[in-house]
Amino acid sequence: MSRPRSTGLPRWVYVPAGLGAAFVLLPLVAIVLKVDWANFGSLITSESSRDALSLSLRTSTASTVLCVLIGVPMATVLARTTFPGQAVARSLVLLPLVLPPVVGGLALLYTFGRRGLLGHTLEVLDLQIAFSTIAVVLAQTFVALPFLVVSLEGSLRTAGDQYERVAATLGAGPTTVFRRVTLPLVLPGLLAGAVLSFARAMGEFGATITFAGSLQGVTRTLPLEIYLQRESDPDAAVALALVLVVFAVVVITIARPDRTTR
Amino acid sequence: MTPPRRSRVLALVAATALAVPLAGCGAEDTKGSDQTLTVYAAASLTGTFTELGQQFEATHPGVTVSFSFGGSSDLVSQIQGGAPADVFASADLKNMDKLSADQGSTPVAFASNTLEIVTPPDNPGKVDSLDDLADQDLAIAVCAPEVPCGSAAATVAAAAGITLAPDTEEQSVKDVLAKVSSGEADAGLVYVTDARAAGAGVNGITFPESASAVNVYPITTLKDSKNPDLAAAFMAFVSSTEGQAVFAAAGFAPAP
Repeated sequence: MSRPRSTGLPRWVYVPAGLGAAFVLLPLVAIVLKVDWANFGSLITSESSRDALSLSLRTSTASTVLCVLIGVPMATVLARTTFPGQAVARSLVLLPLVLPPVVGGLALLYTFGRRGLLGHTLEVLDLQIAFSTIAVVLAQTFVALPFLVVSLEGSLRTAGDQYERVAATLGAGPTTVFRRVTLPLVLPGLLAGAVLSFARAMGEFGATITFAGSLQGVTRTLPLEIYLQRESDPDAAVALALVLVVFAVVVITIARPDRTTR
Repeated sequence: MTPPRRSRVLALVAATALAVPLAGCGAEDTKGSDQTLTVYAAASLTGTFTELGQQFEATHPGVTVSFSFGGSSDLVSQIQGGAPADVFASADLKNMDKLSADQGSTPVAFASNTLEIVTPPDNPGKVDSLDDLADQDLAIAVCAPEVPCGSAAATVAAAAGITLAPDTEEQSVKDVLAKVSSGEADAGLVYVTDARAAGAGVNGITFPESASAVNVYPITTLKDSKNPDLAAAFMAFVSSTEGQAVFAAAGFAPAP
């Protein structure tokens, strides 16, 4: 109320903003109200729940590492170079963001499946991806990669390249510049992107169930376990959903850009 | 043609385009003689019930049958939440039993279904009996034990004295079918009707132990229905000779 007028925010903005906040928060409140607190502990520590949570944490970590390994070079190329068709390339990188995850899963199936594009090659290499944890990691990486590329490319563009040029004039080679100047400069953006990718991987459902299948301890991640438990034990599904929600809130709070870049 | 006039013409076209569907909505609401029967039915009944709906509409002028197909447990939740259904057909007795006596009439069984092995058309795993589904080296897809087709799979495995070796436990029979028809899985267990509906996309193999898990489909009219007579007529039609012919054609067995 005692804010200085100079912020210039019109009063009416608070009405839709408040409605928007309620729109997001009410469903969360509804979930919390549905939780069977008396059995909450036993519901989320059952063997299948623990397997699902542990699998989700392991696969999401693996896919985040993969996202960083391939996403950092992708973002750097997009932000620091110009090449023909760059605009198209940027749109294609973003594609998994707008693609329904089920479609992403089908695309992965047609690529890495036993009868997919690379199916024969993988068979020769004796790599069985179908119904394996690798398939889960591939699905999660596919949907999470754009989050890392987008946030890192934004950071790279905001940071500009003047320090890199200075370093180069002082005699540093391209790899040294990249490692000692570029990466430290955008580290907050990289961390934020990595955390978002991790969060997206934790929530991944459609591509996983389409491409990887669902087997306890192997491919049945937390979202798949929630979906399955809903059939037979809705209380367990709600309890696990709350675990996922709490997890997501923690992750998003860590990744909030104003906390990490200022 | 000056630009302003053109934009006025466009505005008129746009206004007409908007008004036509609106008028359509209004007309539908005000026609008193037309009745709509809302049928909630298990997803596995999509093909047969759509056909039955068309036949029912043909013999009942002025009646529109609208369907909501979904998982039986989802449909029950929606009905218990006050969804405006007149008739409910479940894929199993368990979900039908969730409706209490004051919510629905006495359910009547109208069809049954058994499991069948499906493989990709070329049968790469050389599967020919239920025993092959215990083979660790083959990629096997079944339903999760939590869903009806999965508990049926567990029952037939127990009857055959084998332990299934699934590589994936799917959410629904359609998901199992998709894994098999795409060639990801060497074999899967689905209902006879699903295998038949998939046509040449899969190769179906019947097995004697399937008789140990017969899935019965019950139907009921709902007490909150605004068209109880029409609902009862549709329920009777499902069990009639014409209705039963539709189920037989789709591969369903008669109710036990």
